[in-house]
Amino acid sequence: MDVNTKQLKKNAFRVTKERGIAASRVRVPGGRMDAKYLSVLQDIAETYGNGTIHLTLRQGFEIPGIPFEDMDKVNAMLQPVIEGMGINQEEKGKGYSASGTRNIMACVGNSICPYGNYDTTAFARKVEKEIFPNDLHFKVCFTGCHNDCAKVRMHDFGIIGMTMPQLDPNRCISCGACIKRCKKKSVGALQAMNFRPVRNEETCLGCGECVLACPNAAWTRSQKKYYKLTIFGRTGKKNPRLGVDWIKWIDEESIIKIIKNTYAYVEKYIDPNAPGGKEHIGYIVDRTGFEEFKKWALKDVTLPEIAEVTSPIYWNGIKYK
Amino acid sequence: MGYLLNKEGMNQLLASLRDEYVVYAPKCFVGGGRFSETDCIRYGEIQSIEEVVFDKKSDYSFKEVLTPISQTLFYFTEDSVKEADAPKKGAIVFLRSCDLHGLRRLDDMYLRNGQPDYYYKRLRDRVHFVLMGCDHSFKNCFCVDMGTNISDNYDLSVDVQGDLYALDNKWDQLETLLEDLAVATQEIVPAHVKDNEVHVHIPENLDERIAKSSLWREYDSRCINCGRCNFVCPTCTCWSMQDLFYSENGKAGERRRVLASCMVDGFTDVAGGGSYRKKNGDRMRFKVMHKVYDYKKREDYHMCVGCGRCDDICPEYISFSNIINKLEDGMKEVTGND
Repeated sequence: MDVNTKQLKKNAFRVTKERGIAASRVRVPGGRMDAKYLSVLQDIAETYGNGTIHLTLRQGFEIPGIPFEDMDKVNAMLQPVIEGMGINQEEKGKGYSASGTRNIMACVGNSICPYGNYDTTAFARKVEKEIFPNDLHFKVCFTGCHNDCAKVRMHDFGIIGMTMPQLDPNRCISCGACIKRCKKKSVGALQAMNFRPVRNEETCLGCGECVLACPNAAWTRSQKKYYKLTIFGRTGKKNPRLGVDWIKWIDEESIIKIIKNTYAYVEKYIDPNAPGGKEHIGYIVDRTGFEEFKKWALKDVTLPEIAEVTSPIYWNGIKYK
Repeated sequence: MGYLLNKEGMNQLLASLRDEYVVYAPKCFVGGGRFSETDCIRYGEIQSIEEVVFDKKSDYSFKEVLTPISQTLFYFTEDSVKEADAPKKGAIVFLRSCDLHGLRRLDDMYLRNGQPDYYYKRLRDRVHFVLMGCDHSFKNCFCVDMGTNISDNYDLSVDVQGDLYALDNKWDQLETLLEDLAVATQEIVPAHVKDNEVHVHIPENLDERIAKSSLWREYDSRCINCGRCNFVCPTCTCWSMQDLFYSENGKAGERRRVLASCMVDGFTDVAGGGSYRKKNGDRMRFKVMHKVYDYKKREDYHMCVGCGRCDDICPEYISFSNIINKLEDGMKEVTGND
């Protein structure tokens, strides 16, 4: 049997333990899809696979037990799913392209969750359109609020939703609900002064708990949406670490630009001998120094006036020699 | 007299009223809801009829206009006091029948409950009311059982009829203006709700013994004492006083009164640090009994107007009408041994 495994992997199939048997990977950008496509996946699993489906950790499906010779047929069956999810594709009917840049994940977001500060799936799909298909090893993840259910801090780029809380003092009835809530569930950025809450702008996370707690709509959300961008969290063998806060109160447009700019940076500095042409971005930054990364990442980016850029950035994490 | 006005006519009417009055109506505050990308419908100043939300119930009631949430009463310095200015203009308030019945409760509380409240009166004397007809019941409404579904003590009524607004006018000052603006005249009766999905039954034998019922204990844990039910209620009138000092020497500042709530911590705090009704279920009992029992003993009609806003807003999905309907069994429980 002659199979180009490099091409197979870039076509979203996994080489499995069992010789001649692949697993098809179906990614779901932003973790949301129309339920009707589940029956397509079921059909593939039962016709060509072993009848099981694995829910992947990156919000996708892996359909195991597919003989190499059936891969083309599986790709043909996947076409409506790929189109339905609006995924960039190099050639119709030929399955998914790209294997390096991982499925863009998202928590359920504000369309369902009371805590969510923005539509995570919509933002994820937007970024997906910008960066797929791409072979470089990038992990991007969206979470609606600082609870970080999506665990964005384990990703190269983590986007946490923020809202700038606005107080209408004339609607405040001094019940103290916001202050209690902020202290108990968030960072304690509110304190009472002259019967009314005063917000510490430095510590406030923009989580929106005060708005949720306020019984009289004295606190409301900002019309504009803001985010916190965390960078270079990673799992893996050598030096796993949590992503750190980089830019607070950043906007959507700047985030997209920064992620796109980082592709050019990685292309320039990636270790040419990296196994499989993949290297975690954080290791490259460790090599070039953060300032060099920053120069590339912020090229042509106009941050909102209120954006706060953390500097210097300190890294930690487990290190194996 | 009844008039039919088109949108332009309606806006001309509002424009001419705005010289003397601020016009308040339920309007949509886009993005003003508790959750991301949700709106809030509450009272605010309107410039045009298009801003008025006719097809939804407002989350908060009209009372904010008459009893401001936070109201400065006077300013003080060492040896002088300056009364806070009254609003420069009068007010016109768009509201529904339940709220217009709520007005009677506010009036009884502020004007006929001992000495009339000065600050309420000076505002109240310059307010006119526009009844918004309800052609159907909204969710959680129970106005019919509370007898608040029909009102006739309005200055003007308005019903949306396709592209037209049907007005019944009882305000002499407007008669000539409306004659000019109307596209037609005809007899108009404001729409009113004839049946609600929600029904309530207040038992005849209700008395203080209900306090011993186990029904309140459910709310010790379910209720989170946020007070939303009080703040949205068109008949809740409690407030607390705040003295605010502008300077460290404490000799200059202002006194204001701020909406208060029997469901929120601090309401029953007394000098010396005492606090009563600590359990949320007991607070619920106090509120419920006030709305459908003890107020009636004094005023001969129930306080609750059945607008259902407390149901609509409760983040814990506690239904006030459902509590009313539990009272009968509650009385059976506490009178079982009689």
